[in-house]
Amino acid sequence: MTEAATPTTNAPATAAPLRCWSCGGPVASGAVFCATCRAVQPPGDADHFARLGLPRAFALDAAELDRRYFAAQRQLHPDRFATRSPRERAISQSQAVSLNDAYETLKAPLARACYLLKLEGVARTPDQDHTIDDPALLMDQMERREALGEAADGAAVQRIVAAADADARDALAAIARAFARDDLAAAARETTRLRYLEKLIEDARLARARVAPRQAAG
Amino acid sequence: MAQLLQIHEPGETPLPHEGDRGAAIGIDLGTTNSLAALSLDQKPEALRDVHGRALVPSVVAYSPDGPVVGADARRMLLDQPELVVSSVKRLMGRGAADIKALAGALPYEVAPSADGGMVRIRVGGRVLSPVEISADILRAVRARAEDALGQSVDRAVITVPAYFDDAARTATRDAARLAGLEVLRLVNEPTAAALAYGLDKHSEGLYAIYDLGGGTFDFSLLRLEKGVFQVLATGGDAALGGDDFDHAVAARLLAERAAQIAGATVDTSRVKLALATARLAKECLSSQDEWIGMLDLDDRPSRHHLARAEVETMIAPLVARTIEICRQVLEDAAVAPQDVQGVVLVGGSTRVPLVRRQVAAFFGREPLSDIDPDEVVALGAALQAEALTRGSDTLLLDVTPLSLGIETMGGLVEKLIDRNTPIPVAKAQEFTTYQDGQTAMLIHVVQGEREMVDQCRSLGRFELHGIPPMVAGAARIRVSFAVDADGLLTVSAAEKTTGTAARVEIRPSYGLSEDEMATMLADSIANAKADMERRLLVEARVEATRTAKAVQAALAADGELLDAAERAGLERAIAAVEQAAAGGDRAAIVAAAEALELESKPFAERRMDRGIRTALAGKRVDAVLPTGE
Repeated sequence: MTEAATPTTNAPATAAPLRCWSCGGPVASGAVFCATCRAVQPPGDADHFARLGLPRAFALDAAELDRRYFAAQRQLHPDRFATRSPRERAISQSQAVSLNDAYETLKAPLARACYLLKLEGVARTPDQDHTIDDPALLMDQMERREALGEAADGAAVQRIVAAADADARDALAAIARAFARDDLAAAARETTRLRYLEKLIEDARLARARVAPRQAAG
Repeated sequence: MAQLLQIHEPGETPLPHEGDRGAAIGIDLGTTNSLAALSLDQKPEALRDVHGRALVPSVVAYSPDGPVVGADARRMLLDQPELVVSSVKRLMGRGAADIKALAGALPYEVAPSADGGMVRIRVGGRVLSPVEISADILRAVRARAEDALGQSVDRAVITVPAYFDDAARTATRDAARLAGLEVLRLVNEPTAAALAYGLDKHSEGLYAIYDLGGGTFDFSLLRLEKGVFQVLATGGDAALGGDDFDHAVAARLLAERAAQIAGATVDTSRVKLALATARLAKECLSSQDEWIGMLDLDDRPSRHHLARAEVETMIAPLVARTIEICRQVLEDAAVAPQDVQGVVLVGGSTRVPLVRRQVAAFFGREPLSDIDPDEVVALGAALQAEALTRGSDTLLLDVTPLSLGIETMGGLVEKLIDRNTPIPVAKAQEFTTYQDGQTAMLIHVVQGEREMVDQCRSLGRFELHGIPPMVAGAARIRVSFAVDADGLLTVSAAEKTTGTAARVEIRPSYGLSEDEMATMLADSIANAKADMERRLLVEARVEATRTAKAVQAALAADGELLDAAERAGLERAIAAVEQAAAGGDRAAIVAAAEALELESKPFAERRMDRGIRTALAGKRVDAVLPTGE
């Protein structure tokens, strides 16, 4: 199920123009509309950062991400093409799909870190590799899982969640520092840690429903 | 010569040929009531009959003279319950096992079905699918809209519960097709309600929509920012609504009746009447403290007394379930109740005082209900219909309510698309064969949050055929799931090593096959073919006009690449397209557009050549070699 990670590079600035499907003339690589006939163009294979016009970095201004995503969707969402030709509707849909993919990936720090590692050519990224080869992390996770399995009430689950939350914030800060100094090995290690902490927090949510069944159930 | 002259209202035709079309309306196809609204200049209004009524009760009576829809059908319930069917929305995309019995009897007479797919109802001597019954309701709503507007209506935005699964959404779209309506978009009901509120108030921030209708409960959390309506998370229960309150009350009435009258019997028709009485009692208790009434069956009336507090005790667990769903949705979005700036109440069941109290208590603020909770969804749908056909500054960004996955070994679900993912979305997964020479493969698609297949909703089984024979494990079949802006799923597949597109055959679990739809279309609307031909004509016009405009734009930009004769030839071809598009001959339009494309090819080549030369000017050749592709 693993795919070879193909390092996606930004289209070089010197890229040859593409052909507009509508008027047949040249369109700049990466342009979403043809400058001549204004027809919407297919999304192409720009990376998520380039697609939203953001610098390729882990540090990200969430408000700026939203602003750019909304601005792009305003132009490209299928609702803007509801009365256009079937072909334009289909292209607008694939544009919106690409925008949503980029937005979802960049918005969540864990997904952003995994994606950035892949872009930087790290072969075994934490979202694909399901093994832990860090004995300390393995031991830590097993202890937390055991505690969660034994938690008898909501308060006990809440203590486990609070500890995991604090450690997740710590991992996030460590990821940011590692990317800032281009230490990809450390970034990958901390990303794996964050991935396991987030999974634990999610499972704890389910466990809370188990130990504190609502009287409303049924 | 079809038309020499077209007359438009000034400013009403920003899109080509928009003036030829009938009105585009918004329709709320509800469990209890349905209605239509039209928006002009962002002012939506419900469309009413001569008596001022907007609501069409979603009740159909199948009399020997044909279907009767609305208030008249509801009146027929008293004398001829066997002809009448209501709350059919609860059956959209559902199987027979999904129907709730009351005192041992079902409120519908279920026709036996061999394939176990979508339930069929026996009513008035006919056997009908929920899709056909919904189509009859939509025809009545459409007729009311056409009467109110004095013009034809052929396109609509139709609302669906946010928590509707793919089978129920598909069923709704099919019902509209049967009723001769082109579905511009399926919009989630809470999102439509937010649109109706947001435009009035120019609100910014986090808003929650609590939508408790007759048959469904939805809760959506939205962020409003400068005209963007971004749904952050949604949740609900497609089988929880005011009908369940009625069920609880009717069960009590029937139990009391059994105690009062020896030998009182219960069957489908009596259950229908008990539910109707229970609904009256519930509505009365929304404004009064007690209700005294009779259940008049078989000329042996039983007498009943209910206090509001008693009914509240009965329905308290149902209301608590809705609040629990609110809590989960907020948790999904990592939002605390006090962060929500406004809670909007939608749906007739939010008139129940207990519901209002519980919502207010959970959010710590009084909910908003200044737009009629029965009409607000249709008003929002009308705004969206206007936005889609005439353009708009607002934008709706919605999400999938339920995760989509496929069955893997051991009956486990592998999720491809998580709930609350923004739509449209597409995800792909690779599969391989496990036997030498295997040429077909079965993929079972499910929707839901649980880990086991049998606890999720089965959407359908997809058979891939035409896989080239290879040794086991060599084929690489990429299966793509795409959810469009209507929330509808399509599946496609291709074998990657040979580039063969595998053929996908779909067996929906609770839907209608394309063959069944085709038969129904042929059976139910004589002019289905004319409708289809007209739609194809409109699309041919849109496409041809687009081509002509594209070449015109290219002429304006790069016309100097042509000599006078070439230019004249292109202009003639453009004029021919425009002339054909003004007429009604689809073949002529397509031919003229193709001729123009052919004629403009050399021009396009020259433009490309120049574009490439410009881009390469001053660059080293090795810096501009293609990077693969």
